[in-house]
Amino acid sequence: MSAKPKVAFYWCASCGGCEETIVDLNEGILKVVEAVDIVLWPVALDFKRRDVEAMADGEIAVSFINGAVRLSEQEEWVELLRRKSNLVVAFGSCAHLGGIPGLGNVTNRELVFERKYTAVPTIDNPTRIFPSQVVTVDGHTLELPRFYDTVKTLGQTVDVDYYLPGCPPPSNLVWDAVTAILEGRLPEKGAVLAPNKPLCDTCSRNETKPETLAIKGFKRVATSTPDPQECFLAQGYVCLGPATRSGCGERCINANMPCRGCFGPPDGVVDQGAKFLSAIASMIDATDGEEVERIIGGIEDPLGTFYRFSLPSSLLGRTRIATGG
Amino acid sequence: MSDNGADTLCPFEPKIIGFLCRWCSYPGADLAGTNRIKYPPNMIPIRVMCSGRVDPTFVIKALADGADGVLIAGCHPPADCHYQSGNIKAMRRYPLLLKMLEQFGIEKERVRLEWISASEGTRFAQVVAGMRETLQRLGPLNWRVGQAFQPAEGEVQ
Repeated sequence: MSAKPKVAFYWCASCGGCEETIVDLNEGILKVVEAVDIVLWPVALDFKRRDVEAMADGEIAVSFINGAVRLSEQEEWVELLRRKSNLVVAFGSCAHLGGIPGLGNVTNRELVFERKYTAVPTIDNPTRIFPSQVVTVDGHTLELPRFYDTVKTLGQTVDVDYYLPGCPPPSNLVWDAVTAILEGRLPEKGAVLAPNKPLCDTCSRNETKPETLAIKGFKRVATSTPDPQECFLAQGYVCLGPATRSGCGERCINANMPCRGCFGPPDGVVDQGAKFLSAIASMIDATDGEEVERIIGGIEDPLGTFYRFSLPSSLLGRTRIATGG
Repeated sequence: MSDNGADTLCPFEPKIIGFLCRWCSYPGADLAGTNRIKYPPNMIPIRVMCSGRVDPTFVIKALADGADGVLIAGCHPPADCHYQSGNIKAMRRYPLLLKMLEQFGIEKERVRLEWISASEGTRFAQVVAGMRETLQRLGPLNWRVGQAFQPAEGEVQ
């Protein structure tokens, strides 16, 4: 019996890394538990959907939801949590932008099933059995959630109050967000709870970035090792720093990996991939078409590289679905 | 079944968004007008300061919001650009944009980069007419219609 604010954590299409980040609060989690009642946290605590359904609308102070939305079950859960919650925070890249599961938008349900249940070398499925939505066994009807063609962000599914970016969001930003909410220091609705500067601005390698970046050929971390001090772009590595929000703590940069864009774009940028394309292409050091083509050949997969975390939230959202065929 | 209009009485008229640079291509279009050169009215011109100002976001937004094709037109390289190198920037972005749009399933013929000077009114008219023809052959893009987030039916096995 307490009047502590109620907090829920939920996960949709995600890897579990976002849950890990909450555990990474370490002793901090005890302070959180002192201040709030956790009423739902499937990864750690045994609450059921009916427990949430039994609550009054708006009874939960804040729900932190991670993961993209791909199944009808996830849609039902987030709609339920939206109803029961005063605030909904999209937690992590997948809920914020679509994230890695969002790359599923280059394909569709049929092709995903084809791959997963027949084509994968470790699968032996000669009679081509696929998951069906409704199955009857011994007179009992079992129902599986619908698997959609298109992955959505949380904000495309329900009204979202705040976004915590990152794959996963760093613990300090989580902590700041939790305390801000508990203390009622709330920013404008729809805000991304992270600094609003591009990563290059805070990058430790910024000093080595030349006045004009001129790229003669692209390199890949899979086939060569970057210099640990020099700006990745100056070396010819595709680094999404110019089109990505800072605040991540430069975990990748410090591990000698170029930025992959998990924080999404700063405010005002509508489409992270298009903006980055604009930036990287202008760095190409060539004035004739053939040379430009040759250099561009070094970027194998522009869509997957520039929209690695943001495809569902982009202007085009997904690849074209054939119509009328 | 198909609505690309190729075989109907009312042929499909594509919507084209044209980003025309303020120094060369927009005056080129103007010249086509003052010379009374006839060209199809499918293109909606948007005057920009430079082809180098055409952020790929503009092109993608046009396609996502209902355009069937996009024309980017600027000053002839290498040296006609009023800002010296804006057209070169456009030239570098264009092939990478096409490569990415093809991954999205958008045919590269839908987006064209052309150099049209202020004296090339005839050429401007030819480019627009040519684009209309290409897009009529490709049919409508209908991005929003075709990309509804969840199909209403036929989804469940």
